[in-house]
Amino acid sequence: MTTAPKQLHLAAHFPGVNNTTVWADPRSRSQIEFSSFEHLARTAERGLFDFFFLAEGLRLREHNGRIHDLDVVGRPESLTVLAALAAVTDRLGLAATVNATFNEPYELARRLATLDHLSAGRAGWNVVTSSDAFTGENFRRGGYLDRADRYTRAAEFVATARGLWDSWTPDGTPRPFAHHGPHFSVEGEFTVPRSPQGHPVVIQAGDSPEGREFAASTADVVFTRHGTLDAGRAFYADVKGRLAAYGREPDDLKIMPGVGVVLGDTDAEAQERAAGIRRQQVSPQNAILALEQVWGRDLSSYDPEGPLPESDPDPASALVQGRVRVADPLAVAARWRELSRQKGLSIRQTVIEATGRQSFVGSPSTVAAELAGYVAAGAADGFVLVPHLTPGGLDDFVDLVVPLLQERGVFRTAYTGSTLRSHLGLAEPVWKG
Amino acid sequence: MPPLRPLHLAAEIGGPPRYDPAHYTGLARLAEHGALDFVTLGDSFARPGPDALAVLSRVAPATRRIGLVPTVTTTHTEPFHVSSAVATLDWVSRGRAGWSVDVSTTGAEARLFGRRPAAPAADLWREAGEAADVGARLWDSWEDDAEIRDAATGRFVDRDKLHHVDFEGAAFSVRGPAIVPRPPQGRPVTVVDGTADPARETAARHADVVLVRATTPERTAEIRDDVHRRAAAHGRDLGTLRVLAALTVDLGDAESPPEPGLESGPPLAGHGTYYRGGPVDLADLITQWHRAGAVDGFHLTPITPERDLERIVNGTVALLQHRSLFRTFYPGGTLREHLGLARPANRYALQGEPA
Repeated sequence: MTTAPKQLHLAAHFPGVNNTTVWADPRSRSQIEFSSFEHLARTAERGLFDFFFLAEGLRLREHNGRIHDLDVVGRPESLTVLAALAAVTDRLGLAATVNATFNEPYELARRLATLDHLSAGRAGWNVVTSSDAFTGENFRRGGYLDRADRYTRAAEFVATARGLWDSWTPDGTPRPFAHHGPHFSVEGEFTVPRSPQGHPVVIQAGDSPEGREFAASTADVVFTRHGTLDAGRAFYADVKGRLAAYGREPDDLKIMPGVGVVLGDTDAEAQERAAGIRRQQVSPQNAILALEQVWGRDLSSYDPEGPLPESDPDPASALVQGRVRVADPLAVAARWRELSRQKGLSIRQTVIEATGRQSFVGSPSTVAAELAGYVAAGAADGFVLVPHLTPGGLDDFVDLVVPLLQERGVFRTAYTGSTLRSHLGLAEPVWKG
Repeated sequence: MPPLRPLHLAAEIGGPPRYDPAHYTGLARLAEHGALDFVTLGDSFARPGPDALAVLSRVAPATRRIGLVPTVTTTHTEPFHVSSAVATLDWVSRGRAGWSVDVSTTGAEARLFGRRPAAPAADLWREAGEAADVGARLWDSWEDDAEIRDAATGRFVDRDKLHHVDFEGAAFSVRGPAIVPRPPQGRPVTVVDGTADPARETAARHADVVLVRATTPERTAEIRDDVHRRAAAHGRDLGTLRVLAALTVDLGDAESPPEPGLESGPPLAGHGTYYRGGPVDLADLITQWHRAGAVDGFHLTPITPERDLERIVNGTVALLQHRSLFRTFYPGGTLREHLGLARPANRYALQGEPA
């Protein structure tokens, strides 16, 4: 007896503000206009994706005290865009990244429950946290939250939101709600009935030990960067292994790495195209910027086609703000120097080589085989595609790769349910009112 | 008699709580069929109902011209988030967004957040004024041509056209700039009910559209004149301000039209002026008040939207159109265009102009 092959899940991430979007490509259009979002979402739905997911911005990135101007800047607010997308899609899950540090549980639980009603059960929430005072300068509560407190606040935030979502009985009767904890005090009656999915789907991103534990205890989906096979398998085993401690089954949490895909008629053509995309992503100016992110020093006088700096990074630098600082700059610098020395690479070539994210590159059949292989090998439950073009970046994948995944029997040929939970194979949460 | 100014009409589409988007889409389309300037959707954290801004975002792609004005309170929300969400509503509706500024005065709402106790209305309206102010600054914090996509220099934006707002108020501070680029209308339309005293100053200073609740055209004109005086004291051009009379209306049913008339106070609705009568009587009242020059238009809150909005559009509005008092089509695409309000110049671009 043969068992059916494991099914893979697909989602699309539209980061908007990032250094992967190739905005200089003539096919690149607005990252703000609703028509761009509509095209991407409709394409994802045509490809029978589980969900479409948007990033969040709370402070424009700055570099050396000035607004960073090299990458795509500016994006609309996620939950509002997704509510509008609910009008032009029928089945696609709609997930928003929303920070648990600079929001309040009552308001956000209400906005998410509203999105779930407006989309008939397709809402998702990617929970992120923030610790930096730089972002806090835009908010009432301002300032700084200790790194350790970020996850305790986030965990209490999610638990409070779920309590609010459970405060109406399944037959539609509101009941008084009260939560008093270290971070939040919420008392009263929730204004939105239990939503079509019971609870919107909770997605979590973040790779620290606290992040993994938070995912295992709380999340329905983990968005990761572990795209290589070995790293992916290790992460997968580790996180799935943590679930039992919370009384959860391995299948209760879906692990979905974010990946790029570059297609060509042949593998060789795809490789060539991928190299071209990398050169566009890492412009000469962006190469110097990436170097400054590691070194923490003003390196604007360096030639991107020249050698790496002789001096060491400044670990205490505050040159870069609003984006994740490299955790161990001295180690990264040593690794980059070694790479540059071994292969004789310039600054720009080193950055291109060192900062590449996992991408599946090849002909449609090669890519389909690799994606299915990762899932079969226990490195992922599926993938979140991060297209490098707006809004057409999903078109080829949906037209060329999805049919091959369907032929292999590893991807659905029609939506079988109407809610995001049903696409992900997640049970509706048991009402705990 | 001075020439009549264009008549503006708006309607509230809230009512008993509904969570089905088709309900709201149907009402907004009906109002659009009547060429109304905008619909509003009331909201509060303590009253049953979905998040109004999300509902009107869901309505946006299903409509083409009508303005969309959710209530967004400023008391327990983050001004930075509010300005981003309203700007985004303007992007997804291609220039049809507004927001009706309101405050949360009750202890019940305060307990849902647990961050601060309920405060006096006067304090909360001062804070709402700050929220409106910082919202407008954030909307201006990107100049219209900030995005340059200059491949030669590798620059996506011209950073000299992005501005920190550095807002320091009594209630909060915001550094900026906005995350959302300047919305299509420049600034979405700000609506404030300026009837009661604590709100009137905020309305006069920050609102594009001021709602006034009174039972006679004379009293309405008095309040409007006070709003104008205060607005002028803040250096505003009164041509940038629209004053609408707010009426709660009960048009009854076709079989037994109620006796026409206006009442002060809240037999049913709970807020202000209550009109009871048939659609034709309502058209007569609107005609009379408008001819008296009391207001620029009306904001109507139907007691039962499903029933009364249909009667407003197909009865009252049709009659006003027949009398050539109200337009029969939208000459423009944005809410500001419907209201005859210019797209505001960007304050930072103006500052940067050579003297």
